[in-house]
Amino acid sequence: MSYFDNFLIMRSEISLLTVILFLLLFDIIAGKRGKKYFQPVAILLFALHTLLNLVPMATGESFGGMYQYHPVMTIIKTVLNVAMLIIFLQSKHVFDGNEMKNQRGEYYFLTLSTLLGMYLMISSGHFLLFFIGLETASIPLATLVAFSKHCKKSAEGGAKFILLSAFSSGILLFGISYLYGTTGSLYFSEVSTQISHNPLQLMAFVFFLSGLFFKVSFVPFHLWTADVYEGAPTNVTSYLSVVSKGSAAFVLMTLLFKLFGSYVHEWQTLLFWIIIVTIIVGNLFALRQQNFKRFLAFSSISQAGYIALGIISGSALGMTTVIYYIFVYLFSNLAAFGVISAIESRTGKIDIPDYKGLYQTNPKLSFVMMLAMFSLAGVAPFAGFMSKFFIFSAAAQQGYYLLVIVAVVNTIISLYYYLRVVKAMFIDQNEEPLPTLRTDSWNRVSLIFCTAAIIFVGLLGFILDIIERQSFGI
Amino acid sequence: MNFLSLFVLLPLLMILALFVARSRKQILGIMVAGSTLLVALAGFLAFQYIAVRNSGITDPMLFTASLSWFKPLHIQYAMGVDGVSVVMLCLSSLIVFTGTFVSWKIAPLTKEFFLWYCLLATGVFGFFISLDLFTLFLFYETALIPMYLLIGVWGSGRKSHAAMKLTLMLMGSSMILLVGILGIYFGSGATSMHISELAQRTMPMEQQYFFFTLTFFGFGVLGALFPFHTWSPDGHASAPTAVSMLHAGVLMKLGGYGCFRIAIQLMPEAAEKLSPIFLVLTAIGVVYGAMAAIRQTDLKYINAYSSVSHCNLVLFAILMLTQTSLTGAVLQMLSHGLITALFFALIGMIYGRTHTRLITDMGGLMKIMPFLGVSFVIAGFSNIGVPGFSGFVAEMTIFVGSFENGDLFRRILTVAAVTSIVIGAVYILRSIGKFLQGPLQNEEHGKLDDARWFERLAVVTLIAGILYLGSFPTGIAEIISNSFSSMLQVAK
Repeated sequence: MSYFDNFLIMRSEISLLTVILFLLLFDIIAGKRGKKYFQPVAILLFALHTLLNLVPMATGESFGGMYQYHPVMTIIKTVLNVAMLIIFLQSKHVFDGNEMKNQRGEYYFLTLSTLLGMYLMISSGHFLLFFIGLETASIPLATLVAFSKHCKKSAEGGAKFILLSAFSSGILLFGISYLYGTTGSLYFSEVSTQISHNPLQLMAFVFFLSGLFFKVSFVPFHLWTADVYEGAPTNVTSYLSVVSKGSAAFVLMTLLFKLFGSYVHEWQTLLFWIIIVTIIVGNLFALRQQNFKRFLAFSSISQAGYIALGIISGSALGMTTVIYYIFVYLFSNLAAFGVISAIESRTGKIDIPDYKGLYQTNPKLSFVMMLAMFSLAGVAPFAGFMSKFFIFSAAAQQGYYLLVIVAVVNTIISLYYYLRVVKAMFIDQNEEPLPTLRTDSWNRVSLIFCTAAIIFVGLLGFILDIIERQSFGI
Repeated sequence: MNFLSLFVLLPLLMILALFVARSRKQILGIMVAGSTLLVALAGFLAFQYIAVRNSGITDPMLFTASLSWFKPLHIQYAMGVDGVSVVMLCLSSLIVFTGTFVSWKIAPLTKEFFLWYCLLATGVFGFFISLDLFTLFLFYETALIPMYLLIGVWGSGRKSHAAMKLTLMLMGSSMILLVGILGIYFGSGATSMHISELAQRTMPMEQQYFFFTLTFFGFGVLGALFPFHTWSPDGHASAPTAVSMLHAGVLMKLGGYGCFRIAIQLMPEAAEKLSPIFLVLTAIGVVYGAMAAIRQTDLKYINAYSSVSHCNLVLFAILMLTQTSLTGAVLQMLSHGLITALFFALIGMIYGRTHTRLITDMGGLMKIMPFLGVSFVIAGFSNIGVPGFSGFVAEMTIFVGSFENGDLFRRILTVAAVTSIVIGAVYILRSIGKFLQGPLQNEEHGKLDDARWFERLAVVTLIAGILYLGSFPTGIAEIISNSFSSMLQVAK
């Protein structure tokens, strides 16, 4: 392989890096007039980057195996790109306002850097690249969480996130060091062949997984989720709940399938109990929440539990359904966050009781929020129903009927709290509902896109086909 | 794709048209046009079906077509009909049609009401034409969630509570059903989700026991299986009239249909072995529903418990597993659908005038509103099972068919279920006597007006259906019966 090919295979990382550097230079060099175009240029460039990286290439590796490429990675990176694009569309109006105007450049630079870190994590074939990717994905996120400089909750969220993130990364690194100590290599391909039931390796495995479970917010590694989601600016919360969680879930899955394939029994048992606890705790705590962002935080914890149902199956169908689930979940979640962002920036209201009677004044926003809630709950005929059905089928295929029953019972509990939002908007009467808002047009585009996706993605069979063609199992 | 998809496309087109409609006239116009087209389509289907059958074709399912949808799970968009489906489609289209007219004056948010109503109709029609497990389940679920908004926004009384309880219980049962469906798919070798193909295979017995229970339970709760019927009284009482009609008249029949199409057809061995348990539950349901209706003073609750009783009778007949009782079950689904829709329509009309549903507060209404009064008496008599009306045909077939079973256990249960007829007479005659006859309870009621044209249209349509089924049942019964013969052959 020539040196040039080494780099070509890193197509997505290079194009993203180009976008980042261009935006950095633009922000530094552009004058006052140029700054007005910063966000549209950023969104456009990122859309171009997404389009450039749509088509999968042939499997390959570079840098001696440190960087792996498999066509399924293009699919997951495209999913993350689409999510990122929608988040950017939703952030535009926030950074047009006077408060956050000066932090515009930093926001895009930091967010795209974390995305680059996630790309590296997904494509890594070596523990060092994996850890670099993990840290690149986490540290700027802590800055982003603390982005609202004058808000105490934001700072608190940021502090909690960086401390816990550093701690779990430390434990993960500790696990990696033991794996190196017992196998003598940091390359995934070599470590996976050398893994046996050595007690030291098992301990390393648990430490390694703990670090990853923190990112995905499985119980009992979830305690940071609610406070961080509540404190962060809404767009950062949406980023955390969708992109960060989605990439971490995907990485967890590929590592469990490829790297720890010999530990199948162990991690399936481990995941079995974690799924039960995650789904139950996520749902029970969401019942009591009044703050919409905390509500979505706990809802996303239980959604992570559902995603794990696909991971536990260990099959190609499992990987297909996980990616499909993340794809549908991003649209549902971002639709909800889009509405929250629109309402919060104009009125500052973030509690669910404030949404009472919203249909009287803002029918379209209520409709979008209703679709988002229905899709998250798994109500037919929206995309969330299909994704839930498929992910349950992946678990059922391997005989995990008990897990499916637990998941299914919890779906009912979750339906209750999702319906409570719908009830507040449509059924409850309110003397002073929120005033009629005029949503920013970029946000509106993102909401229309999400709504169309929620209604139609479930009906399009070819999406599942495309994902299935590239998925692999243990 | 053939014309069966029109049953799903038409309501979807109505939804799109409603989105762009501006005035109340346009909305009502779209609804009338659409529902009339649906009735015409159902009639066309019935004629085509009879014609094809008469020409000698004996395939179990007619007008089949399928499209591969989700290849990894062998899910197809597959459709087809047999006699039972045709009958159910005719019933559904009739009730959607009459429901439109009953909701003529619905306000506020008329457009949104009919939007959800059409989505409900889409789910119902799609369910009856589907031949693929996933597609059937998708349409089944689609018919569930509009109920929450329809009851919650346009309902009356404790509507929030009733809507939430109904939605959670029905979603709960359909989630259990989801596990059952996955079990059927994987237990049969995970090669196809198509019902006809699955019917050819046999599942291992332990899996059959487990998944039959889950599937039957899942469908049964929608069919008001005792003791999980508690969503029904509150739900029906709080719902707006057309929604009650559609729900009690059609949706509860989805449960019965699913029970025999999926649970019994695909897992017949387990059905035989486990039928005693469910027979006891349904028999209790039949008698309990009727007895509970005696205690009620609210007209809607009387009808709701009566529906619980009759829907349990449907499940009871299905579980008896003879050709006659299965035919009776479908006849009962058809007959009770029409009768209960008629009842709810009339109750809605009376409530709209007197603003009370309590029979203790009303009296002597027969003289004031003769049309509504007579229609109510007709509905009541059909419910009891007076010959000449459809109720008699259905219940007669059910009990004869159930008694065909030689064993003592089933015969005793049949006799127990028959008592519901007498109990039915009690609550029907009592309520009719109380509020239609006797002296006027409330002076204001003397000034009320009788039914208007749209109400008369709905009522006459339903009564015509009841009379037709009651007087000329042979044709319909034959269509139904022949479908079961092929199904039972495969099962044996």
